[in-house]
Amino acid sequence: MQFPILTSLVVLPIAGAACLFLVRDDESHAPLVRNIALVVSALVFADALLLWSRFNAASGDFQFIERHAWIPTFGISYVVGVDGISLLLLVLTGFLTPLALLGSWESIQRKTRAFCIVVLLLESAMMGVFISLDLFLFYVFWDAMLIPMYFLIGIWGYERRVYAAVKFILYTLGGSVLMLLAILSLASLHNAATGSYSFDLQKIYALQIPPSQQGWLFLAFALAFAIKVPIFPFHTWLPDAHVEAPTAGSVILAGVLLKMGTYGFVRFAFPLFPDAAAQFAPYLAVLAVIGIVYGALVAMVQPDMKKLVAYSSVSHLGFVVLGICAMDTQGVQGAVYQMLSHGVSTGGLFLVVGMLVDRRHTRLISEYGGLKKVMPHLVAAFLILTLASIGLPGLNGFVGEFLILLGVFRWSPPLATVAATGVILSATYMLWMFQRVNYGPVTNEKNTGLRDLSPREWAILVPIIAVAVLMGVMPNLFLRPIEPSVNRMLNQIHAVAPVRVQVSHQPPAASHQPPSSN
Amino acid sequence: MLLLIPLLPLVGFLLNASFGRRVSKPAAGAIACGAMIASFLVSLVSVFRLIALPADARAIAQQVFTWISSGDLAVAFTLRLDPLSAVMILVVTGIGSLIHIYSTAYMHEERDAEYARYFSYLNLFAAFMLVLVLGSNFLVLFVGWEGVGLCSYLLIGFWYEKKSASDAGKKAFIVNRIGDFGFILGVLLAFVHFGTLDFQEIARSSAALGPEAAFGTMSLITLLLFVGATGKSAQIPLYVWLPDAMEGPTPVSALIHAATMVTAGVYMIGRNAVLFSHAPQTLTIIAVVGVATALLAGTIGLVQNDIKRVLAYSTVSQLGYMFLAMGVGAYAAGIFHLYTHAFFKALLFLGSGAVIHALAGEQDLRRMGGLKKDLPITYWTFLIGALAISGVPLLSGFFSKDEILYRTYASGHTLLWIVGLLTSLLTAIYMFRIVFLAFHGHRAEPFADAQDRHARPPQSGSHEAAHAAHLHDAPPAMAIALVVLAVGSVAAGYVGLPQALGGSNRFEKFLEPSFTAADVRSTPDVPDDGAATEGLELGLMAVSTLVAVGGIGLAFFFFLANPRASDRVASQFPGLHRVLMHKYYVDEIYDAAIVQPIRIVSEDGLWKGLDVRVIDGAVNDVAGTVGGASALLRRLQTGSVRAYAASLFLGVVLILGYYLWR
Repeated sequence: MQFPILTSLVVLPIAGAACLFLVRDDESHAPLVRNIALVVSALVFADALLLWSRFNAASGDFQFIERHAWIPTFGISYVVGVDGISLLLLVLTGFLTPLALLGSWESIQRKTRAFCIVVLLLESAMMGVFISLDLFLFYVFWDAMLIPMYFLIGIWGYERRVYAAVKFILYTLGGSVLMLLAILSLASLHNAATGSYSFDLQKIYALQIPPSQQGWLFLAFALAFAIKVPIFPFHTWLPDAHVEAPTAGSVILAGVLLKMGTYGFVRFAFPLFPDAAAQFAPYLAVLAVIGIVYGALVAMVQPDMKKLVAYSSVSHLGFVVLGICAMDTQGVQGAVYQMLSHGVSTGGLFLVVGMLVDRRHTRLISEYGGLKKVMPHLVAAFLILTLASIGLPGLNGFVGEFLILLGVFRWSPPLATVAATGVILSATYMLWMFQRVNYGPVTNEKNTGLRDLSPREWAILVPIIAVAVLMGVMPNLFLRPIEPSVNRMLNQIHAVAPVRVQVSHQPPAASHQPPSSN
Repeated sequence: MLLLIPLLPLVGFLLNASFGRRVSKPAAGAIACGAMIASFLVSLVSVFRLIALPADARAIAQQVFTWISSGDLAVAFTLRLDPLSAVMILVVTGIGSLIHIYSTAYMHEERDAEYARYFSYLNLFAAFMLVLVLGSNFLVLFVGWEGVGLCSYLLIGFWYEKKSASDAGKKAFIVNRIGDFGFILGVLLAFVHFGTLDFQEIARSSAALGPEAAFGTMSLITLLLFVGATGKSAQIPLYVWLPDAMEGPTPVSALIHAATMVTAGVYMIGRNAVLFSHAPQTLTIIAVVGVATALLAGTIGLVQNDIKRVLAYSTVSQLGYMFLAMGVGAYAAGIFHLYTHAFFKALLFLGSGAVIHALAGEQDLRRMGGLKKDLPITYWTFLIGALAISGVPLLSGFFSKDEILYRTYASGHTLLWIVGLLTSLLTAIYMFRIVFLAFHGHRAEPFADAQDRHARPPQSGSHEAAHAAHLHDAPPAMAIALVVLAVGSVAAGYVGLPQALGGSNRFEKFLEPSFTAADVRSTPDVPDDGAATEGLELGLMAVSTLVAVGGIGLAFFFFLANPRASDRVASQFPGLHRVLMHKYYVDEIYDAAIVQPIRIVSEDGLWKGLDVRVIDGAVNDVAGTVGGASALLRRLQTGSVRAYAASLFLGVVLILGYYLWR
């Protein structure tokens, strides 16, 4: 039997967490606990890289499929697989988790063992979400993910952590209840069509769901995903959750959890219900564009750094949703790329902000000022991540944003035009914050003696920045495995729904329509 | 080979950025200057190779790798040298090298780490600027375009502890982003329309089409691209960042905000001359915006008292000339002016830098005067620059500016020509206002008074006392740059000596292949080069010469011979004077009409109103209602992981069970 590499991504963190249970739970063992957790998460990352190296980038199909019966009576099975869309999200999860642990190395002084266990369990659940090809399995991981996150915010968060944690879990659970109903309906539709229940995604893909039923099913999925992304106006849990979460929570939340929503659109909502997708995409796109502008404007006036970055995520994720709604190669590929890119740059920004908060125990922009003079290295890293976030070409943010705009422009120039104002607004809020925090004279005496980056912090920021540069300079490294899968998904959609994208009247070298094979 | 040209300064940047704070100033300076000079030498070799090719095949391309590919989009990172980019890389690396050398002296009072930081930014700028002018498609150009914007931001705000400096840097970046907004849309539309982003393929495709009679897609593409150009090249309505950009160190103003980066918009239009030629509607807009900017900036420049601000408005004004040239289809003339302007404006800025350096940071013209005696090198070189920009015959500015005015007149735009001429008069007046106020006459008040008010980080400290006792002329590194640029300001024009003066306009002929098919529109407008037009050209030259000399004469009258007269004029028109002093209140209008409304709506309307009160209020109300109803259930919440997971699982099973067995 082949080595079950996908399952290993889920099991390895759980095994690590189990190991931690064996360590005595007192703070004198905290360093050991932290080191074990770090090593385990690093192994998971290595595992994810191994997966990438063995992945066949030329194929758009699911690979490394494992299939085991689980609850045969209901047609529930353990089916996992990976394609180009989920592959890199797995790698991203593996990449960010060790950094998130490192970022909380010193700031978590309470219940360290529990903290590390929770982070590892969270990683396991996130991996599970991305590999699940069975709707029931997906739902289990999807909800399982909420629990560690709930504790992460509720136990190790800041002042209003309980409010934020409860709000987070109610919001997301509220969304996922309807999705569960929709999933169950899909299984019974499969039953109606074939005589047996099944939650197997690939089998359900093959169902011809009558357009009349697609509407509410799509909306049920879309609501769950929209809250997760979050799409305006379902976003108000996000600023609270980010502000109250500890650094590791914010990094994972922004870096990976938000992508669950957009991933859900790409993997489930759009290809399962192509007619409804075609019908609702324009409305979704309008909400996305509102989110882009709205998130940016609200980010601009935030006095709290974490809140600012949180609202900027609303804006950036708006781009991702918009790209998906375009339903063409560049739009969707750009969206997937932007998911990765946002994970790196926003994850990085939260890590940097966490470093500042570790030193000064405040998130308020007005408490800082003139840091460049005190901590030149930290501020240099901050600058690079700021530039990545505002989409400077040569860094990661630009590629996704440009592809999305291109994809959307072909579909709807007005939407692309409004979305492109994000280019101006993002520069405004990021540079304004950057100026207030880092430039000017040191006005607050508490900022005078701050130490610059420690070796641990170097170890966090160097990989982040290296990846940001790599993704900006060599985007094809990442785009190549994504494209076939995106095209397969688009074929699936366009095979049913009428193609509504117009080809330019100049004969282009290759049509941007997904190839009709497959 | 081509890749080396931007790569060398990039390596310089990486070295200084990584190790700069650990090496001495001479080492950091040597790395930066070495990288620039090496890049200049490689550029020279490349251009010689280019010239060796037959005139109609002058292009060298190097594909480095495929940068982005997605669906039918394939963006190659390709560098391409043709006559237009040859001119640009020589200007960037040549003048860039001089300014690097100048900077080693100008910045020597910075701390080691700051000194290295300065040079790393300067090198990085050069690398991006070279990518900008060598890129063979819109996206590679855009890499350079944004990169130089970043370096401009970093260098304007170099003295980051000063709020005005970091404000100015931020303003520059954001205003440029407004332009980029248009630029990106233009690029997207171009790709959708032509199916490629490659300049040559776009030129080929558009050449196959006729000029657009009405405002169509090509007009829209070019107009959007032009919006980008108004940001980068400081034209109406986005010119407002450039005067503020003078907060940066003076060599930066010379290199980035005069000689190179701000000309990127002009270059971009030149690069796409074929496309623009097919959008006559856009060209008209460009010409009008250009000449209007030239006039507006010229009038503001008349009354400003900060020496660098006068030069900044002068730059805006001269850029307006270049856009006028582009707008009337005289692409070669526009690039010619770009090229000569790079010499004399860099010279003027560096000269003003030498003055500021000697006066320990003083920038106010009213507190200068009589510097001619103490700063002879600075004076004579500055004078040459002023004569060149004013359009005095036989200096470089004369040839290039005259070419633009002649082409404007000859293409039938008489009104634009008159405004251009008027601007030319203003140019001569404000330039010689500087010359007379700063270098002639007597110092208005003891200069010691002014020291602290304008003291800047680099010049603070013990040097002040020494400066006050005796003013030093430019040290050798600065003097070399001044002298070389002065020679250039005189001689650079002779490569484009017009036929009317017995030359053969070699510059224009050299550039022509870069604008191939570009003359579709301009050729019919410009009469054939015959004896009749030579007469016209000579006549126009005489007119502009009179205007230049007249302007200098007026400046002499008002600012040297009879200084009270200028005050009298100012007090006779107090309203006008105030409006000009306040730069037509454009910054204030933008602030009141755009910046503040956005801030207030975002803060009070969107955030505190919609987000917190309406949306979150609704969420909390729902939660509150549910919470009240489930107060009993709350007791079940033990807060333990297991209980929670169990209840969650139970819920799933219950729903599932209900659904399957109903």
